[in-house]
Amino acid sequence: MTARLFFPSQWDRRTRTLAAIGICLVFFAVIFIAAWLYGDQGQVTALKLRKLPPSWERPFGTDWLGRDMLARTLKGIRISLGVGLTAATCSACIALLLGLAAALLGRTVDRLVTWLADAAMATPHLVLLILLSFACGGGAKGVIIAVAASHWPALTRIIRAEVLQLRSADYVKLAPQLGKGPYWIARRHLLPHVAPQFLVGLLLLFPHAILHAAGLTFLGFGMPPHMPAIGVLLAESMRYLSMGLWWLAVAPGFILIVSVLAFDVLGNNVRALLDPKTLRE
Amino acid sequence: MHLNLTKFLLAKTMRLVLLVAGVATLSFVLVSHSPIDPVDAYVGAAIMKISPEQRQVIIARWGLDRPPLTRFARWAAQLARGDLGVSTIFNEPVTSVIAKRFVTSLWLMALAWSFSGLLGFVLGLIAGAREDSPADRLIRLYAYTMAATPTFWVGMMLLMIFSVYLGWTPVCSAWPPGLSIEQATLGQRLHHLLLPAVTLSLIGVAQITLHTRQKTVEAMHSDYAIFARAQGESTVGIVCRQVLRNVALPALTLQFASLGELFGGAVLAEQVFSYPGLGRATVEAGIRGDVPLLLGIVLFSTVFVFTGNTLADLLYQVVDPRMREGQGGTA
Repeated sequence: MTARLFFPSQWDRRTRTLAAIGICLVFFAVIFIAAWLYGDQGQVTALKLRKLPPSWERPFGTDWLGRDMLARTLKGIRISLGVGLTAATCSACIALLLGLAAALLGRTVDRLVTWLADAAMATPHLVLLILLSFACGGGAKGVIIAVAASHWPALTRIIRAEVLQLRSADYVKLAPQLGKGPYWIARRHLLPHVAPQFLVGLLLLFPHAILHAAGLTFLGFGMPPHMPAIGVLLAESMRYLSMGLWWLAVAPGFILIVSVLAFDVLGNNVRALLDPKTLRE
Repeated sequence: MHLNLTKFLLAKTMRLVLLVAGVATLSFVLVSHSPIDPVDAYVGAAIMKISPEQRQVIIARWGLDRPPLTRFARWAAQLARGDLGVSTIFNEPVTSVIAKRFVTSLWLMALAWSFSGLLGFVLGLIAGAREDSPADRLIRLYAYTMAATPTFWVGMMLLMIFSVYLGWTPVCSAWPPGLSIEQATLGQRLHHLLLPAVTLSLIGVAQITLHTRQKTVEAMHSDYAIFARAQGESTVGIVCRQVLRNVALPALTLQFASLGELFGGAVLAEQVFSYPGLGRATVEAGIRGDVPLLLGIVLFSTVFVFTGNTLADLLYQVVDPRMREGQGGTA
């Protein structure tokens, strides 16, 4: 999909897909390594270097306490990515369990799971996030639980539909008559279909989870000020916007967007790679 | 047709009642398990100034001394009568807070909703009609970027450029300071509305553009479009006469089904622009522990989203001639 926007058209689809995946992985590696190298430098205050606009030495400028914004941004995006990834992984696991339960444990469980998914999707996402975060008492824990507990319905439906469809497939119905046990069927017939769906679903959850975590933090429900996630940095910068400190908001936001885009590209390209139908295009 | 419509609405109402009952129960359970003490959250920084006796008075007044089950029974009985209780931070009935705030938000949401719908639809048509052209690539790049951009960041950028640097638009609120809402003129209110609405539209365009583009590409590859081209029809002609009607319906459905996203976007945009709508009320209720208001907004927004989805279903029946014929055939 997006790979076609950037790469030379003489490359075939597979090469473009792999190139896009590679670039995204390198990007994340750079962010994590740089955040690790910078360490806690973002907390060093230098009152002589306050409110400096971006320059060659400090590409992101400094804030009202003279802290280097590049270091703060890197640290912030690492925290945001960490929170988003944890929450999305939990959410995908919930989706996997509920989806499997709905498809395998009979009608009552199926109805219950379907109803829960409907109820969770009936409220606007952000309102649900605020409610859940309030129920958990806020903080980093609140954000992770809120995001994890609100993003599972879509993937649950996909997994449930996939397993239901597989169970009615002829080759799965035939397997017991060939003397195959339920464990063998699950491993050889269900897993190869469900695992890619799960992986792609997980990857495509990341962008949503990161954005929603940032939004929740921005509103003041998330991380405390001593855990400077991107949402915290942007909420703080609101106070300095009218003073003209534009760099406090522009650069961290830009890095956030690029990270979210990179996860989106990664997810879509892994899906293209795993799905033989789209690869042949 | 008439009978069908009544039946349809009855079934939908039943579903809504069940849904609201379920959501109400779940949210009450969630909220009553919150470790946030409502009295602490309400009093805030003045916590050291109130005596234990005053605390007891507040607790008794809010009914927090009763066990959760009794509280739920009372709340549910009130809810059945349409009474959502009294908001603790605004000190007036939740229903009137929501009504007032929603009217303010409705201006913003309606403007953003119609603008993003129209713009997104046109962009999607252009991109889909000229697949892989520079225009298509540009539009897709824009839509993908906007889908990855936080609403509040776009709001902050616009605020910085148009309010702080250029000074064209006011920095915050929904009407000029010092005036009451009735004194503000329509022009002033629109002036204050402009930036939040543009923020929501810029983001809202992404989904509808990508969706419409996808449907347009499909329609351009369909037999009827190829046949029209074989007869010498131009691309513009095909889009206007063949594609438009087929693409409009799914776009309309998507736009009505996106009310949840719109509401969420409004919460963020209202926070950036200090726009006193329902979104800001949600944030305040959550931060200052106003449980009745928070629950009320959860239920209200559920009904809001449900209405959008129901309208989408209804429109499908009214607008799509195939659905009408199908119904006529079965009746």
